[in-house]
Amino acid sequence: MANERPKADVVIVGLGWAGSVMAEELTRAGLNVVAIERGAWRDTSTDFPPAVDPDELRWHTRRELLQPMSVETTTFRNKTGQQAAPVRNWNAFQFGWNVGGAGTHWAGMSWRFLPWDFEVATQTAERYGQERLDSLMAEGLQLQDWGVSYEEMAPYYDRFERIAGTSGKAGNLNGQKIKGGNVFEGPREREYPTPQLKDTNWMSMYRQTTEGMGYNPFTIPAGNISQAYVNPLGVTMGPCTYCGFCDFHGCGNFSKSSPQACILPALMRRSNFTVLTETEVLHAVKHEDGKTVKGVKFVTRDGEEGFQPADVVCITAYQMDNVRLMLLSGIGEQYDPATQQGTIGRNYSYQTCSSVTGFFSGAKMNPFIGGGALGVQIDDFNGDNFDHSDLDFIGGAGIMGYSTNGRPIANMNGIRPGNKRWGSEWKEAYARDYQEVANIFCQGTSMPTRDAYLSLDPTYKDRHGQPLLRLTFDWNRNDASMIDYTTKKAVEIMREAGGEDIMVDNQAEASWNPYKQHSSHTIGGLVMGSNPATSALNPYLQSWDCHNVFSVGASAFPNNGGYNPTLTVGALAVRAARAIHETYINNPGPLVEA
Amino acid sequence: MAKWIKIAGGVVVIAAVGAGVWAWDSLNTGRSKVAGDSVTLAEFTSEDAEAVERGEYVMRMGDCAACHTREAGEFAGGYEIATPFGTLVSSNITPDAETGIGGMTEKDFFNALRQGIGQHGMLYPAMPYTAYAKFTDRDMHDLWAYMSTVEPVQNDIDENGGMPFPFNIRLAMAGWDMLFFDNSGFEPVASESDAWNRGKYIVDGGGHCAACHSPRNALGAEVASAYLQGGNIGDWYAPDLTPNPHVGLGGSSAEDIATYLKTGTDGVAVAAGPMAEAVEHSLQYLTDEDALAVGTYLTSLPASDNPAPKAASLAETDMARLTDVYEVNCSACHGLDGEGIEGMVPAFSANHGLLGDPTNMIHAMLKGTRAAHTHDAQTAAGMPSFAWKMDDTQVADILTYVRNSFGNGAEAVSPEAVAEMREALDAREPLRAATN
Repeated sequence: MANERPKADVVIVGLGWAGSVMAEELTRAGLNVVAIERGAWRDTSTDFPPAVDPDELRWHTRRELLQPMSVETTTFRNKTGQQAAPVRNWNAFQFGWNVGGAGTHWAGMSWRFLPWDFEVATQTAERYGQERLDSLMAEGLQLQDWGVSYEEMAPYYDRFERIAGTSGKAGNLNGQKIKGGNVFEGPREREYPTPQLKDTNWMSMYRQTTEGMGYNPFTIPAGNISQAYVNPLGVTMGPCTYCGFCDFHGCGNFSKSSPQACILPALMRRSNFTVLTETEVLHAVKHEDGKTVKGVKFVTRDGEEGFQPADVVCITAYQMDNVRLMLLSGIGEQYDPATQQGTIGRNYSYQTCSSVTGFFSGAKMNPFIGGGALGVQIDDFNGDNFDHSDLDFIGGAGIMGYSTNGRPIANMNGIRPGNKRWGSEWKEAYARDYQEVANIFCQGTSMPTRDAYLSLDPTYKDRHGQPLLRLTFDWNRNDASMIDYTTKKAVEIMREAGGEDIMVDNQAEASWNPYKQHSSHTIGGLVMGSNPATSALNPYLQSWDCHNVFSVGASAFPNNGGYNPTLTVGALAVRAARAIHETYINNPGPLVEA
Repeated sequence: MAKWIKIAGGVVVIAAVGAGVWAWDSLNTGRSKVAGDSVTLAEFTSEDAEAVERGEYVMRMGDCAACHTREAGEFAGGYEIATPFGTLVSSNITPDAETGIGGMTEKDFFNALRQGIGQHGMLYPAMPYTAYAKFTDRDMHDLWAYMSTVEPVQNDIDENGGMPFPFNIRLAMAGWDMLFFDNSGFEPVASESDAWNRGKYIVDGGGHCAACHSPRNALGAEVASAYLQGGNIGDWYAPDLTPNPHVGLGGSSAEDIATYLKTGTDGVAVAAGPMAEAVEHSLQYLTDEDALAVGTYLTSLPASDNPAPKAASLAETDMARLTDVYEVNCSACHGLDGEGIEGMVPAFSANHGLLGDPTNMIHAMLKGTRAAHTHDAQTAAGMPSFAWKMDDTQVADILTYVRNSFGNGAEAVSPEAVAEMREALDAREPLRAATN
């Protein structure tokens, strides 16, 4: 092929969090790595300099850090049989469009999943009986374990937290529960790299209220770090200034965990690392026997096609694109909801959320003091932390009182019900309510179902003529019951705190719609597991179908926890990279026998 | 100024022609007799892996790559050096026989490096042969061995094509050498420690510190009487390296200096501009022992008599206003108390580097700058430019504020100095709101 590049040991497709964590591990182990990134180079001091005031209109409203829809979108429908239509505006999904990927524009919430989240099927059967699990499955849920336990994941979580400089307070140190931290978290071997962030006015109120109600409030672990920190790669981060312009923005003071702030300064200087920017991988190319791939075909910004040969291909793009690239490469079999055969596209889930807004007359919430992950949460109703014996659902939600931002444009509609949304009455209301409003957010689990899946769209294509990815998804009954239950708990907290004129937005009350979501946590479609009949990847994130293809992203989650996905993605990336350089590279073949 | 230099240059040419025998001393190549003269670099291969490794260390110490490595490849030359006399281009020093130095014998190599006598004639003193003259024979042999392992690159360079008459006459440099070049090797001082002698050897030899940190006279020669007392190098200022308590290294221990050389920061100051380059490409490779030796030597120097800066008097209302300007524009990284971020962002508190010549601060404000990337401090954080945002008075005011806050006191920075630098650097003009 024309424009064939020199062969690499490993090619990384997509240089976001997963790609840069893997590239760092693999180059440190001495492998020659080429990363191919569709977006452009972005650097802290030149692209997000603190000399420039945060531009909410540009970054948040217009979402200029996100991939333009003209490059690629997805099509969407609620159920099989409907005609899917292309999504025209980013809301539910936030594809990165730069070196650093979505890791550049994320908010920073840095959660480990609960031990339960990795073993929903097994633990549901153990605690509530096999019948309960069978009945959920019969209803259409497609529950399955991850093939990796929390205990196995803990060292990788720890590694990623050290790289990211995560701020927080431990609630479970080697099994010892510590008040003030999250007592429901799985055991961790040591404290967070940096201390927890400080409380805002609303966080203090939320903490006191929930504590008074007998719950266990704690400060959310954050990728907005609380003090200067040097990570294990020798990269220094700076303390967060609580400016509140985190999600959708780049961070100019090196205090938001991101590939830019944590990994790229070290990685970019390694002579065995190369990144091709503004270059899009079209698909992987299989060897004739179909058992392995020989590299990836790409197209440059100028439209020139090329080929990057490699011994190992790591697909670390956005969750949606990981699935799409596998389908476009013909690796594995498309999932079919009618027969439940095939694994690519299976177990798509979203995140079940609601928000509760209240107003506090005369309060000064000072929301301009913020941080993308700044908040206090209770996990008393998350995962399986509470007894579901008499409830008609499994799963739960983290319930947080947050101070993520006071962005003037985004909050314009955050005024008391009954006020006009225009003119002088609105201005007066906004001036008042900007200071008096407070929010609680329920971030819930999502369980996969037979009928929710990803596939290639038969009609719509991208600029290169390749089919778009089609999403078939709607809320399921279990998750709707779960969020209904947890939202009521949130309303009780808001009342107890003294909030008035309470407004509730329960997203599962209407059919899922890509324009009306408060979350962007889209997961599954290329899930890991120990059974090749129900998972695309083995527990080392290696394709069951092509053993030199690995894929890391939230696409690998068989179900969603009541948390943000990034820390789990980062931990899986460390795990996959170590499996490659410690085992696979010396002895290529399936790391787990099917 | 430029005209005066040209006249002076002409005088030097004449002096050189007339000087004849007097030039004997500075042009004496007797020290090169120890080098071989039969095998060229292109032909030479070293069997001695340890010598090659030591030679690489000498290359790092001498920072050859700083000037000789650009886009064309490692050591293939092509770096344009603007001098007050015209533009020089660094030569190709790969072993390529046609366009590099592959045709040189070891003796030619010694003559070039230590005597400034190259294969195309006399070298210009932009090449620090004036410092490399101190290299020991052994370091020279090792460097020769290392250079033989460099990949040959074909890249033809016209080194002095950008120099106008009479400065394009290489022979003129014979006159310059006669006036300014001390053609003697390094002589250890018996009464000083080994560390001190090693430090002096590095500072005066391979490190060629005085090339920037000593002021230069009108003919571009270092002023010996102001040795390492600070030099203006165009749009940067290389500060006083003597233990001057006000604007020099008075507060620094030998260990602090060693840490700075190896990491680009001593926890307070952070190297930027050309010093960041020197740290990144050269000084971070020094062994701990050698870095400490440099510190030992520098702290032993007599303190310069550069005067203590005088605090500017700012009106209370100005201070209050500038406190806000500082908080909005600077504090995110430099800290509310000027504490900086250790290892990444310079502190303003207890940082003597801020108090002397303000050139570097103005430069950083107008063009931004970037810290060194080193093995131990990986971030290489950038300072963004404020040229587009602040006018000359605003830049001057905030610098004056920083120089007179956090326990500091120093002369005000003038808007004129900022304007001059803005023009010299071709920095952006500040954005202005439309007025009508």
